[in-house]
Amino acid sequence: MAILVKTDTKVLVQGITGSFGGRHTQLSLEYGSQIVAGVTPGKAGQIFEDQVPIFDGVAEAVKETGATASAIFVPPPFAADAVLEAVDAGLELVVAITEGIPVRDMIEVKAAITGSETRLIGPNCPGVVTPGTGKDSHGGCRIGIAPGYIHKPGDIGVVSRSGTLTYEAVWQLTCNDLGQSTCVGIGGDPVPGSTHLDIIKLFNDDPDTRGIIMIGEIGGSAEEEAAAWVKENCRKPVAGFIAGTTAPPGRRMGHAGAIISGGKGTAEAKITAMEDAGISVAETPSQMAEALIKIL
Amino acid sequence: MNLHEYQAKQLLARHGVEVPGGQHCTTAEEARTIAEGLFAEGHDMVVLKIQIHSGGRGKGVFKDGFKGGVHLCKSADDVHEKAKAMLGNTIVTKQTGEAGRQVHTLLVASGEKIIEEFYLAVLLDRETSQPLIMASSEGGVDIEEVAETNPDAIVKLQVDPLLGLQPYQARNLAKALGLSGKLIHSGAKLITGVYRTWWECDASMVEINPLCIVESPDGSQKIAAVDAKISIDGNSLHRHKDIAEMRDLNEEAELEVEASKFDLNYIKLDGNVACLVNGAGLAMATMDAIKHYGGEPANFLDVGGSASTEQVTAAFQIILKDPNVKAILVNIFGGIMNCNTIAEGVVAAVQETQLTLPLVVRLEGNNVKAGDSTLANSGLSLITAESMAEAAKKVVAEAAA
Repeated sequence: MAILVKTDTKVLVQGITGSFGGRHTQLSLEYGSQIVAGVTPGKAGQIFEDQVPIFDGVAEAVKETGATASAIFVPPPFAADAVLEAVDAGLELVVAITEGIPVRDMIEVKAAITGSETRLIGPNCPGVVTPGTGKDSHGGCRIGIAPGYIHKPGDIGVVSRSGTLTYEAVWQLTCNDLGQSTCVGIGGDPVPGSTHLDIIKLFNDDPDTRGIIMIGEIGGSAEEEAAAWVKENCRKPVAGFIAGTTAPPGRRMGHAGAIISGGKGTAEAKITAMEDAGISVAETPSQMAEALIKIL
Repeated sequence: MNLHEYQAKQLLARHGVEVPGGQHCTTAEEARTIAEGLFAEGHDMVVLKIQIHSGGRGKGVFKDGFKGGVHLCKSADDVHEKAKAMLGNTIVTKQTGEAGRQVHTLLVASGEKIIEEFYLAVLLDRETSQPLIMASSEGGVDIEEVAETNPDAIVKLQVDPLLGLQPYQARNLAKALGLSGKLIHSGAKLITGVYRTWWECDASMVEINPLCIVESPDGSQKIAAVDAKISIDGNSLHRHKDIAEMRDLNEEAELEVEASKFDLNYIKLDGNVACLVNGAGLAMATMDAIKHYGGEPANFLDVGGSASTEQVTAAFQIILKDPNVKAILVNIFGGIMNCNTIAEGVVAAVQETQLTLPLVVRLEGNNVKAGDSTLANSGLSLITAESMAEAAKKVVAEAAA
């Protein structure tokens, strides 16, 4: 078991014919993921790389292929519409990779999909990986843009707002012979589909996850909220890291959501809240796996 | 993207918000003409405000000793004289840093008779992912200060984004601020206009401080936005061509503008250890590691997930324009990217920029062995490191040497 996706989850790709979407669909296929359909309006009938049928819309792709998850690579001005289309088609999981979606669009999307059965991950995220059992974790489910080969199947859950920092943590785990149940990049935007807390709850309920690494950064208060819940409810050891101790207030540090504003969202406040909740916080980004191993 | 006060007021006025009459200008002669017009309309006072993206304008001091970036004037001659003293001059405020900011534009507006001051802002509440209106009966002061000293003075209102702000909510908020009688309606109209500006312009923040009850010469009162600050979500500019044109490059750091041309995310800081990293989170974490080992980061620099040789070269050139830099750390996690391609890019960039500063490179990920040997065989005096911690330690030592 894992969370969100199993190794055999059927995935469709919205924006499969774009260069970015196409390249990463190819990499997911090479990793052994079940990419069963692509969606690009107006290109129905074409076949991606001789194996993935393309449809005009998500609903017909779902009907024909039985896909239950979607990866969205649609450009920012059209991405919110793509998310709503995927939710309307009844997918269980929608992972929005797209960076640069206007915040107002995401405010509307988030309000519109509240109460639906669909879980949204992202936007502006590296996606979700449940590692497979083949060589270099081949045969896993890779939705998004993470490098597949750095993973190893196992029982550690990883949740993070940052892409490359997630890879760093995963690689540290793999090098320490600790595999991962599922790795979830929730993205760096101020209005995320899912929060640290949403994902930590899933890991807490997953019998095959033994320990959790949560990686946060400056901006917002999602890490504090997750920490408060962990303190009262989490039955599994949690380690963490917060990026941005040295970030100046009032500046957006690359991610749209990584900003200290009005004295809120500082790394210090997050680290304090996490330590208070018994979370093992790594002092440097090189020690993320170490911080977890200490408490396993 | 931040806007000037005069631009913010243009957007607010378009959405039905009452703002004091006035215009912006770039010469003292224009300032005089605008002031003459305002005096002719019957105003007995004109306010002259420098337009820079910084707070604390009123208490700022110009480099030649001239005091204050905001002036109340009773004659067009006075407006002309003060405008002449400020335009082209550089002012230092509590927010500009020592370098200060050169003044290119002024706002000349009617000086209103202010009866009472309030605070009003619209922003995103990140906990609920909904718009949040914040208002306070204590205007003209820093809201963070009010939050600490008198939190009860702050009223908060969540807005359902799919319904928008309802008239009764705006009226209740006006009443909560202490408005009464006809002013409830004029207050509600203004609050609605400010909310619509936030929503329709894709603003990240609209702040009216102070929001004022002003008295007209005939003794009647109304609510007006006497000062205004707006920042716009940069990702929305594709649907706001008019707002995109409001960008003022004079207000942005030169190196940051240069970096943006190459799709690089660069923020200059005050330290002497430069870093070049792929990914925003990793870039922040690298800065933190530098600090952890006793150094001070000179910048934040994210070259993105798929940096090209051209981008890496541009990144080096930008880093080298910062005279404080004593050593450079390159930290790349090559997930999808081939580490050898990155190594080749680094070697080419070092050669092209004729780099003489100490350079520590840490590569990890895809094809890292080939990358390391490309660096080792380059003939350049690079220092390599296996972990981020090791790299940070080494670069801090080099900067201190």
